[in-house]
Amino acid sequence: MNATAAKKVYSGDASVPLANISIGMKVVMAVTGASFILFIIGHLMGNMQIFIGQEQFNAYAAFLQGLGELLWIERVLIFTFFAIHIFYGIKLYFENSGARGVSYKKFNPSQTTYTARTMIWSGLALLAFVVFHIAHFTAHVVYPEYAHLEDALGRHDAYTMVVVGFQHAWVSILYIISMGFLAFHLSHALPSLFQTIGLIHPNLRNKERVIGRLFALIIFLGYVSIPVAIMAGIVRLPKGGM
Amino acid sequence: MNLTLYVWRQKDANDKGRMEKYAAKDINEHMSFLEMLDVVNEDLAQQGIEPIAFDHDCREGICGTCSLVVNGRPHGHETGTTVCQLHMRHFKDGDSIYIEPWRAKAFPVVRDLIVDRSAFDRIMQAGGFVSVNTGSAQDANSIPISKEAADTAMDAAACIGCGACVAACPNASAMLFVSAKISQLASLPQGQAERERRARGMIAQMDAEGFGNCTNFYECEAACPKEIPVKFIAKMNREYMRALAKGK
Amino acid sequence: MTLESKVPSGPIADKWDNHRFQMKLVNPANKRKYSAIIVGTGLAGASAAASMAELGYNVKAFCYQDTPRRAHSIAAQGGINAAKNYQNDGDSIYRLFYDTVKGGDFRSREANVYRLAQVSTAIIDQCVAQGVPFAREYGGTLANRSFGGAQVSRTFYARGQTGQQLLLGAYSALCRQIAAGKVAMYPRTEMLDLVVVDNRARGIVVRDMVTGEISSHSADAVILATGGYGNVFYLSTNAKGCNVTAAYRAYKKGAFFANPCFTQIHPTCIPQSGDYQSKLTLMSESLRNDGRIWVPKKKDDNRHPNDIPEEERDYYLERKYPSFGNLAPRDISSRSAKEVVDEGRGIGPTGVGVYLDFRDAINRLGKDAIRDRYGNLFQMYERITGEDPYEVPMRIYPASHYTMGGLWVDYNLESTIPGLFVLGEANFSDHGANRLGASALMQGLADGYFVIPYTIGDYFARAGNSDVDASHKEFANVEKEVEERTRKYLSINGKRTPDSFHRELGKIMWEHCGMNRNEQGLKKALEKIPALREEFWENLLVLGNDKNLNQTLELAGRVADFLEFAEIMIYDALTREESCGAHFREEYQTEEGEAKRDDENFSFVSAWEFTGVGKKPNLHKESLEFENVQLATRSYK
Repeated sequence: MNATAAKKVYSGDASVPLANISIGMKVVMAVTGASFILFIIGHLMGNMQIFIGQEQFNAYAAFLQGLGELLWIERVLIFTFFAIHIFYGIKLYFENSGARGVSYKKFNPSQTTYTARTMIWSGLALLAFVVFHIAHFTAHVVYPEYAHLEDALGRHDAYTMVVVGFQHAWVSILYIISMGFLAFHLSHALPSLFQTIGLIHPNLRNKERVIGRLFALIIFLGYVSIPVAIMAGIVRLPKGGM
Repeated sequence: MNLTLYVWRQKDANDKGRMEKYAAKDINEHMSFLEMLDVVNEDLAQQGIEPIAFDHDCREGICGTCSLVVNGRPHGHETGTTVCQLHMRHFKDGDSIYIEPWRAKAFPVVRDLIVDRSAFDRIMQAGGFVSVNTGSAQDANSIPISKEAADTAMDAAACIGCGACVAACPNASAMLFVSAKISQLASLPQGQAERERRARGMIAQMDAEGFGNCTNFYECEAACPKEIPVKFIAKMNREYMRALAKGK
Repeated sequence: MTLESKVPSGPIADKWDNHRFQMKLVNPANKRKYSAIIVGTGLAGASAAASMAELGYNVKAFCYQDTPRRAHSIAAQGGINAAKNYQNDGDSIYRLFYDTVKGGDFRSREANVYRLAQVSTAIIDQCVAQGVPFAREYGGTLANRSFGGAQVSRTFYARGQTGQQLLLGAYSALCRQIAAGKVAMYPRTEMLDLVVVDNRARGIVVRDMVTGEISSHSADAVILATGGYGNVFYLSTNAKGCNVTAAYRAYKKGAFFANPCFTQIHPTCIPQSGDYQSKLTLMSESLRNDGRIWVPKKKDDNRHPNDIPEEERDYYLERKYPSFGNLAPRDISSRSAKEVVDEGRGIGPTGVGVYLDFRDAINRLGKDAIRDRYGNLFQMYERITGEDPYEVPMRIYPASHYTMGGLWVDYNLESTIPGLFVLGEANFSDHGANRLGASALMQGLADGYFVIPYTIGDYFARAGNSDVDASHKEFANVEKEVEERTRKYLSINGKRTPDSFHRELGKIMWEHCGMNRNEQGLKKALEKIPALREEFWENLLVLGNDKNLNQTLELAGRVADFLEFAEIMIYDALTREESCGAHFREEYQTEEGEAKRDDENFSFVSAWEFTGVGKKPNLHKESLEFENVQLATRSYK
């Protein structure tokens, strides 16, 4: 056996495109993922205004609409990141499942969590949810009749749209299940993000998994509180609404 | 004690291979796992069956040659131990033991339980060194190195290159191995001149060998006989980004 | 043939400098026209391969392991000596030289040892530059410790893994040269013979251990760095793969074998636990700094060690050597252990062992301090034995560890076959009859980094290119011999595996040529070994074939060579009618049982010349002159 003859050895100045490098892909996953985490936090903070009431929520919706081009830039950016995240997620999945070659007859991992192992599936489920979610509340394909509601001030009545939307049990249940997938995805994503970017403080090592789970739980409870509150009648249509 | 072994047998790289069942009789609890295999091999030879080929050399846990997956875990269930230092007192009479080679596309089986780990050598050749010709070094004390830096470098340098990290990783990723060498040299002043070049070269070679990518399962850290922590993978990621940022 | 040591003239401190000036040089542009084969890639081989490739020579390197990083140099724990005098405690090149000559019981070549001490400082510089993470003080300077009873702190260390870190440094330098295309590396390839044409080493014949292919390689010089022969005892601290084949094959081709009976027994190893035992594990000698060695005063005392009261314990080293106590040199400490075991006072399940007790140290310093110092060693001990040394004394016993003997080389490290050089443990030159702790790493790297790169150039410049390549008929002849030998192992079809022969040989050697030797025992061994060898060739069992990876077949070849080699060891031990260093002849001891050296008659290197299998080899003597140190009797009382 001659180790030198077998395969090319890179000498360090080889120009390999960033995105084709393993760590490059990891970094891309981490950076795009981080933008979603910011988005998820922002989105939740916006959504929670529904508990303040119709006036506040519709004002928030109108503010977003009023952003005009800025909103579209944000949409294009997040869509692009989303596409990249999905593309590399799938690419990594195939590369990784091919790297083993012959599989073990008996394999007994000790650290791998269920959520870590199923990132591809929770991710794809989230993709399906996002498509539905946009169709539902943004493109109004699911219940087109709620698309043109207006409140007393003539603004788009997003509040009524959301409340009516979640009054359909199947929508709420689907939403809650999807938030479960999100929580699963996040509980591995957050610690992974820190590890990949190399931002873990030595004192927090071994605690990052707990932090990830805690964060996932908070996000889950936050998002789920809305359909639950609507189903329970705590958040209601305004008197005189439809 | 008496044990039932299920052992991977494969004549050569081209053979398909299969699991075979063997009996290990009268095993003493003070034997090491490899000594148990010696006993089984002597027994097989007397029956006219070719002995099980497995890699081993120093048998004291430092050379990194031995490489068996025992009941689904590289080097067996004991933590911080190579399989040559795994003793039979951790097993019970009547146990069934599965023994398989490291599994990774980048580590093809050579025979039975022996795999070809030359991919690790090629990764080292792609930058795992300080380019200093013999004779051109200055006095060893002329560059002070803080105790912390020296200790971090030593933590990383403890890697024995056995490949258990790859065998344990569900993605067959070699990042713990590669990151240990990159981190060792990046922690020391001597490693600075080639810091970026080294990270890019070793990572590119690692990818070219067909190892998987790290998805932060941390199986490698648990399987590592020298308990190298995954924080070095985080450090390697930083080193890589640093190289990109510097445009080197 | 007379042995020419080629030691340069002049004062000892100037010999190497003068020699370096007098040696011929190869023009930088011509270096790429010369090639060398290096067999073995441990500390000596890897450092030589890398350094020579850096100079521009073309190197082919061979090792039996799957990668050079696994050579057994990796297992050295304690450290590496160097006369840096960083501690300001009175060390100097001269003192390191003096200690090494004295430690070797005045059976080494002064000039070689002095050069070793001289280049020792550059080794540390080189290793630090490579990124070897030696232990440091808070101020950032290198830490040192005193080791193996030395009176100065000159040992550099990287936790308990100094050998590993130095080897990985040399390996990384080698990797760089492989990537540069200056070294062609052949792992899993075993040298099975040397090819000599017109009294010059021309190349080697090797077997690819994966495909079984036998092939020839030629070069302008052949360098062996193939380690020691400690596995002749079967049980040793060596790796399972360590073997004498390369050195022995060179011996059969005309290289002289020097001082084969100088084998070092390390006092602190974990005792054998049963017949299945495949190797012995060394526990660092540093344990003797705080552990106290004892056995019960009574014979066959089966009580639990913690139940044996203080007054019924015999701390025999402290009793016999009050000033050095538990830190007495390796050979003395080992022999004393054997003595008490022979008296029937040994401990443990087999009765072959002594206690190394940390009870007093724990009481004095606390468990935490002991854990800080020896935590990883205690853990290793517990892993192997299942006993907790914080609670129960460790059990230890001496085991074969290092071989000072090896192929005879001159000052240039060239053997008696021109063009064949020998480095590291495989040669004999620097340690005399006993090696000091932390000196093996030093010698391996000195030879590889700082001696051979100079002397090989001189050889190339004088001898020119070899005019014989692998197409020469001698290569074909040797290949044929090797193939026939390989097929022979497979065709005997007897009942005993090579391992079983190896174990039996080991027992013979340990019993008759181990820690203590005597004429009667050695003569008995001379009867037993040929008989065992005969049985080997009639009753060997090797299954499988020679066209793929066959570990039994590899072992058969190595055991066959050990079975022949063992005899030279016996002849050497028999001829050396004195006790010196690790060689203890029971007939030659003082009334107090100490070694009695005979400088008048035995101040020489025994160099043995092959005359035929089973025949007594010819003895050649290189007499040793001591101009710079005064011959003295070692005393550690």
